[in-house]
Order: sequence, then structure tokens, then C-alpha cells
Amino acid sequence: MKNCYINGIGTIGIQHPDYKLLEQEPQALFARNQAQHPVYKELIPAASLRRMATGVKMGCYAAQLALQEAQQPALDAIICGTGQGCLQDSEKFLTAMIAQDEEYLTPTSFIQSTHNTVAAQIALQLQCHAYNFTYVQGGSSFESALFDGLNQLNYSNAQHILVGGVDEHAPQFDDLYTLAGNYKAEDEAVDFKNPTQGGVAQGEGANFFLLSQEQQANSYAQLLDVWLFNQPQRSIATEIMQFLSLNNLQSKDIDVLMLGYNADASQQAYFDAMAACFPETAIAYYQHISGSYDTASAYGLAAAAQVLKAQQFPAHLSYNSIKPNRLKTILLINQSRGTDYSFVLLTAC
Amino acid sequence: MAELKELLKEQIIDVLNLEDITVADIQDNDPLFGEGLGLDSIDALELIVLLDKEYGIKLADPKQGKEIFSSIQTLAQFVEQNRTK
Repeated sequence: MKNCYINGIGTIGIQHPDYKLLEQEPQALFARNQAQHPVYKELIPAASLRRMATGVKMGCYAAQLALQEAQQPALDAIICGTGQGCLQDSEKFLTAMIAQDEEYLTPTSFIQSTHNTVAAQIALQLQCHAYNFTYVQGGSSFESALFDGLNQLNYSNAQHILVGGVDEHAPQFDDLYTLAGNYKAEDEAVDFKNPTQGGVAQGEGANFFLLSQEQQANSYAQLLDVWLFNQPQRSIATEIMQFLSLNNLQSKDIDVLMLGYNADASQQAYFDAMAACFPETAIAYYQHISGSYDTASAYGLAAAAQVLKAQQFPAHLSYNSIKPNRLKTILLINQSRGTDYSFVLLTAC
Repeated sequence: MAELKELLKEQIIDVLNLEDITVADIQDNDPLFGEGLGLDSIDALELIVLLDKEYGIKLADPKQGKEIFSSIQTLAQFVEQNRTK
């Protein structure tokens, strides 16, 4: 196995573009939360920008941030995860199709509505002809991309890989998901520690990572392992113990367990079952900062990597009252409505 | 004709999402493609749909587009002569 280091991170989400996770309290979360946008023209040509919907802009910008931080290496792969794809343009095209009785359909929103638009646009901006892939796997879309990235580094000659996750709001889809009870209604309270109502506090964002075989002076962390499965075969406890055993670890070796707690009362038990496997471990959460979307776990990875690099564990990440004795190993676990489980194991450089 | 040219400029800015461009920035004889406004082939498709939707003009021969879309002046002349609505 080769080493895999996180050498660059770019995030765009519902917090201010200049938000510093380790230094600032996050802005309060509501039931629905929209991204706060940077000045995209700084990093994306205006001619391209005018055709991009929110998710594409966020993805291209976050990718550029990650690349800049890693000193712009030549990429061997661009791998993206998205739960819902480019929904805004899909809705725009379908709405026009209905409103205009299938006539006068313009090409741009159709072209940009495919799920692989973000990875493709990043490649176009960079003129990168390397491996380009997009995973659409619900709540583990990002981890699927990350798993591929790790394998590319381990089993091919790839040196530098860009991996990320993107999801965006889209009005009609959001309304349907709210009706289905998956998202909270606009006026509902949001409580991450003792949720009493179902549905998540919806967010949106893009989070990209530059993975490399080479450690740099400013590397964030080392990515040790990624594992994903649809549902536990026996129990989540068994799956966790098997994963730790494969990595020659015990539960006491995990300094921080980072969980995707999402303020959804109907999903709380899944996360509590994970937490119960680590009764003496500091537990962190992050979706009160990012909001919830299919690839929000990518923000969790960004948060964990920043914690390991800075060796700081800010109080606003802490979910329980246990403080970590050291900051060496972080395990991220996520799931989505009882499926799409993922484990991501990180260690300090 | 002057009114039509202004309207076409507004419609092009809107349809092509030219955020940084105003009506005053587009001169009647500036080339729309290439060095002028910098439009490309996808924009040409958007303009063909615009002509159909707003003016009832169907471009049967795509090769016509090169001359018609060369500037606001040529586009306005073509629209005035061929519009059905």
C-alpha cells in the first residue's frame, strides 16, 4: 500500500467563504440553508461562469482552491461524487419543456444538467485529459469517489488525484423531499443533540481534496482507509470492529469519532448506535456547520483534516463531553436513512 | 429599427446570461461571435431558439446563421424582414 496524503482542501458551503472552522463559531443553522458564494470570477473565466448553475460554480471554485493549496500539481484523475447531480439545470430544462409544450428548448441547461457536469467542467478549465469519473451513490457518493481515489493511488501510477463532492438546492426537488419528510419544513426547529422531529436541515456545498502520494510540509493528514456498504450485515458494532481490526486498531485508538448527526429524529438512533461503540471517545459532528446534503460528509472530512493538521479540537465540533487526549487518529462514520454507510480513517502526518 | 435593435440586445444579454455586459456595451456593427462579444456555437443555438420563440422565425439552413448573427445590425434587419410575430 502506498501513502495517501491530503495536500489541499477547498470548501464552499453555507458558511461565509472566509469562515475559519478552527477559529470561529459557525453561523446558526436553519431548516433550509443556502450557500454563501465567493466571487467566482476570481478563479473561473467569466465566459464559462455565465453558463454554470450553483453546483457547477461551487465545484469548480472549490476544486481550484484545493489545487492552489497543493501547488497546482498535474492531475492523474478527477473524481467527483454527487447525490443528486446538477438538479437546477435539470429542473430548468424540464420546466421549459412543460411550459413551452416541448418547443423552443435551449441547449445550455440540458448540456449542463448531467451528473458529471462538475467533474467535466473542472477538466475543461484545467485542460486535464486524465481519468474523469463521477459517482452517484446517494449518501455515500463522496465516499465512493474517495474510495476510487485511494485505490487509484494504491494500485496505479497515479501521483495526484482531485476528489470531491457537490450537491446543490433545486426548488422543486426540495419541495418534494420536504413533502416526503426527508427535509425539515422551513419553520421547524433544528436540534442536533435532542431532535424531536424528522427531516434534516438542508444545506448545499462543494468540498474538494487534493490527494497525493507525496507528503508536503503543509499536508493536512494521511488518509488510511475508506470503506462503504449499503447496510450492516449483522450490526454496525460488528462492522466497526471488523474495520478497525483490518487496520490493526482498537476502539481506544480512535481519538475522535466524527459522525454525521443531522438533526433528524428518525435517524438519531443510527448515529447513537455508532457512538455506543466508542463510549470513552470524543465524538464530533459537523452538519450543524455544513447543513445536510448527500455529500455533506465531504465537509466532515475537511473538518477532520483541519483538526489533525492544526492539532486543535474546537468546542463547537464537540458532540459529547469527552475531550480527546491526543489528536492522532480520526474515524468518520456516516449513513443516510439507514443505508449508504461509510467509514473513513484518517491519521495525523 | 432602433427599438428592435435595443430589444434584441436586451434579449441576447438575458438569454445568454451575459452578466457583465450592458446594452450600451454592444455596438450595432460589433461582431457577435469571435472577437466582438465572444459568443460561441452553443450561443448560436440559443439565438436560433430565441428567433423561433420571440419572432416566429425558423432557420431552416444553419449556414444562414453565420451571416444573420454577424452583428446586431444584420440580425435586426433579418428579424424585421422575416418575423411572423
